[in-house]
Amino acid sequence: MRARLAGALAPVLVLMPAPAFAAALEGEAQRQPINWVAIAMFVAFVGLTLWITKAAAARTRTASDFYTAGGGISGFQNGLAMAGDYMSAASFLGISAQIFTDGYDGLIYSTGFLVGWPILLFLMAERLRNLGRFTFADVASYRFAQPPVRSFAAVSTLLVVSFYLIAQMVGAGQLIKLLFGLPYAVAVVIVGALMMLYVLFGGMRATTWVQIIKAVLLLGGASFMALMVLAQFGFSLEALFARAVAVKSAAAQAAGATPADAAAKGRAIMAPGGFIKDPVSAISFGLALMLGTAGLPHILMRFFTVPDAKEARKSVLWATGWIGYFYILTFIIGFGAIILVGTDAGYKMADGTLRGGGNMAAIHLAHAVGGNAFLGFISAVAFATILAVVAGLTLSAASAVSHDLYATVLKQGRANSADELRVSRITTLALGALAVLLGLVFEKQNVAFMVSLAFALAASGNFPVLILSLLWSGCTTRGAAWGGTIGLLTAFVLTLLSPAVWTTTFGLGPAPFPYSSAAIFSVPAGFIAIWLISRLDRSPRAAVDKAGYPAQRVRAETGIGAFAASDH
Amino acid sequence: MTQEAGRTDEALIAAVGADPRYIELVARRARLGWWLSAIIFAAFVGYLTLIAFDKALLGMPIGDGVTSIGIPIGLGLILLAIALTGLYVAYANRHHDAQMAAILKDHGA
Repeated sequence: MRARLAGALAPVLVLMPAPAFAAALEGEAQRQPINWVAIAMFVAFVGLTLWITKAAAARTRTASDFYTAGGGISGFQNGLAMAGDYMSAASFLGISAQIFTDGYDGLIYSTGFLVGWPILLFLMAERLRNLGRFTFADVASYRFAQPPVRSFAAVSTLLVVSFYLIAQMVGAGQLIKLLFGLPYAVAVVIVGALMMLYVLFGGMRATTWVQIIKAVLLLGGASFMALMVLAQFGFSLEALFARAVAVKSAAAQAAGATPADAAAKGRAIMAPGGFIKDPVSAISFGLALMLGTAGLPHILMRFFTVPDAKEARKSVLWATGWIGYFYILTFIIGFGAIILVGTDAGYKMADGTLRGGGNMAAIHLAHAVGGNAFLGFISAVAFATILAVVAGLTLSAASAVSHDLYATVLKQGRANSADELRVSRITTLALGALAVLLGLVFEKQNVAFMVSLAFALAASGNFPVLILSLLWSGCTTRGAAWGGTIGLLTAFVLTLLSPAVWTTTFGLGPAPFPYSSAAIFSVPAGFIAIWLISRLDRSPRAAVDKAGYPAQRVRAETGIGAFAASDH
Repeated sequence: MTQEAGRTDEALIAAVGADPRYIELVARRARLGWWLSAIIFAAFVGYLTLIAFDKALLGMPIGDGVTSIGIPIGLGLILLAIALTGLYVAYANRHHDAQMAAILKDHGA
């Protein structure tokens, strides 16, 4: 039962940026014939982004340029870039595939991924911008002793980013094998090399533009597909759903079901299916998605690229709008695929499964509605998406090392900008090399748990530290640093003990921790630990921390003394 | 390095922080933020609870069609998230910013 639950929840992870998608692909990612149209489209995208990187490189001189594009990104642009960071190949291919097989369940994931954004806006966005400069640690450590809180934030960033990054690399390799017909290792090396180029030379400015272009291409491509699908049904959702139900019923009947059973199977795509079994897992998983969003370092970092709190606010509105719109499109695309792909023998293998694996539903639909050229376009966009996400992740990890660990903890704020930049570039190179290496090592591994872990860690460590340091005057250095660490560790350990890792990955038998998501325990653990340790903290530093709250609050609320758009 | 940026602002910060209009505005803004967070949080957790406990309800067709109640609820949650962020941004742009700017101006910021 528990193992079955883990299996049932595994597709959930598909939602999260590319990694889980990779897991779903494992073992079934056969190489396809080389797809020249897709490769041409992809080369065009890469050419364009490298050209932008070159232009950005010419304008990247200071640390502020490198980390935050000089703070000169507008709310609209930043909103698109945030959406770009969030709308991964996995949410596109994974959710539409989920709808293609199970119908309604895909929508549950979409809502989970969206609801974190309003909370991020209401409680954090403006305050983040007013207090922060380069990394979210600037905010979390604002009134605290720098070394402990910065070290916590840097370690947490590196952990979250690493799990995400490995999974992205594996996803990229698997995807490229499917879409372009190139070998896995070649794909991983291409992704690693391009990501290093964007970050090394163009910094945040180039990374932002890569995200924006990718977001526009993805939104445009998905809009076209959804329109083409709806046009076939007179723009009536009811007609679309009715046809999809009929297709599923007919398929069930053809597979030998009685007419009554077949009708029930058809209607089942209109209701939640087996994906959430017990309430604890359901709520826990929802919490990780919702609160993890507000703790992801590469998303938080985007708040410092805009000039002021007002633009930060607009960024979230645009991001929420685009992401929500995208998920609605994906829903239509999934149902379109049931009808246009599910009934076309040309997209299937002899045994009735989709050519290229279950996650190819949207890719086949692209072919069905737009022919080979559009298929190439969508394939290229799917791959470009991974590149963009990986670049954003790398930049946030490099910043944590150079700005938080090197400049603030090691050099105690006395590092010069040039040295700091050098450290971040060395870190980028190291991370790029490491990402490629791990991508190759983990090729055959189940990486789904790494993504769920990244979200759970962000929700249990970063989120409580940020919220309590921003909103609770009683929070102290010790509370933030140690409480945050306890939240992180709880999420980490419980995930290791969960069925997905303990049973499925390591084969150690029944899992000691029965739920597939740790968040319902680890998020409160983080909050309570910070609260308790702060309350018990009688150190001299605690008095300083608490005394610093009123001034921090005024700055957070008003923007007095906030770092300006350009500090040079 | 974060702390040194506005050391000269200390007097200003103390003055603004003590201004009753500032205190009132910040409290109002916080209330709005918490209320909206509570709404979206409750809506989502309620949705998950419904899925966990009563799948059949969400699967009930609307009228004579095949479209189930779950569809407008799920899509509605997405639209609610967008609408609430829009509401907050519109309110902040229209009211909070102007009031805060006026308060800061009076203190010579």
